[in-house]
Amino acid sequence: MSLEIYIDLILVIFLAITGIAVIYVRNLFAVAMLSGIYSLLMASIFVVLDAVDVAFTEAAVGAGISTILMLGVLAITGNREKVSNKSPILPLLIVICTGALLVYGTWDLPIFGDPNAPVHTHVAPEYIANTYKHTGMPNIVTAVLASYRGYDTLGEVGVIFTAGVGVLLLLSRRKTTNKLNQKSKSEDQS
Amino acid sequence: MKHHIVPRVIAKLFIPGIILFGLYVQFHGDYGPGGGFQAGVIIGAAMILYGLIYGLNDLKKVAPSNIIISLIAFGFLLYAGVGIVTQILGANFLEYGVLGHTQKEGQHIGIILVELGVGITVASVMVIIFYMFAGRKN
Repeated sequence: MSLEIYIDLILVIFLAITGIAVIYVRNLFAVAMLSGIYSLLMASIFVVLDAVDVAFTEAAVGAGISTILMLGVLAITGNREKVSNKSPILPLLIVICTGALLVYGTWDLPIFGDPNAPVHTHVAPEYIANTYKHTGMPNIVTAVLASYRGYDTLGEVGVIFTAGVGVLLLLSRRKTTNKLNQKSKSEDQS
Repeated sequence: MKHHIVPRVIAKLFIPGIILFGLYVQFHGDYGPGGGFQAGVIIGAAMILYGLIYGLNDLKKVAPSNIIISLIAFGFLLYAGVGIVTQILGANFLEYGVLGHTQKEGQHIGIILVELGVGITVASVMVIIFYMFAGRKN
């Protein structure tokens, strides 16, 4: 067995421990930190799988910005979780069923690293052979994202743009609505 | 956090480094791992860190929210604009080859511009989300 197996095992065990800790810890500040750690472990797993670009994104988004945003929200809401009285049985059942279905789905997947897997025989060899010839980019991932699949990435930027506009519309208190509210209040008073 | 000296000093030391690293990731994306999305998130995180430590008002002096809001649209338009320019030059939408003298040069210019658009949009969306959450406190 290679060393990589042990690294994978240790990372996955830590991942499970962090996940369970997120459920049990009631202090939301600790939960925000734990979810950052979870993302960092995920990023390490991506590095082990040689997906450096994905690992980079996971580290920057999961461990970086979402932790910071969660801390920003905690500054407003306070950091104790409310204890809920609802029975956890139904959510547990749904989670177990979904997990079982996902595991069932993996039975059809090719073995990890199988050179005859569809993902390695479709367009990937063409990208690997021709990217440098076509674009002069040493990093194939960037070339595929920005050039070969430029439409895709344009759509993704559109999604981020829409998310930003959505947050703006939902959370910004615009002056017009305030004026309208004041008007209706003054009408009520009169 | 205005009265905590340790976070203030550490943030002052780290923020220029974080922004420099973000720019490195932005413009080195065609050679190493990274690109516009990651760079935008890193630069956004640096600005949010500044806002967390020094207060929302100081951050708004550096990055006024109306400029940030227009940058959200600017990044997206820069990306789409590159596509339209290539169309005007006679190629397909987002076919960068025509932007330079050779195919490779054109690809290089196109990818850098497009990644810049991605980075600007992502960074400003992150900052605006922080503004919206942090601004609700008062």
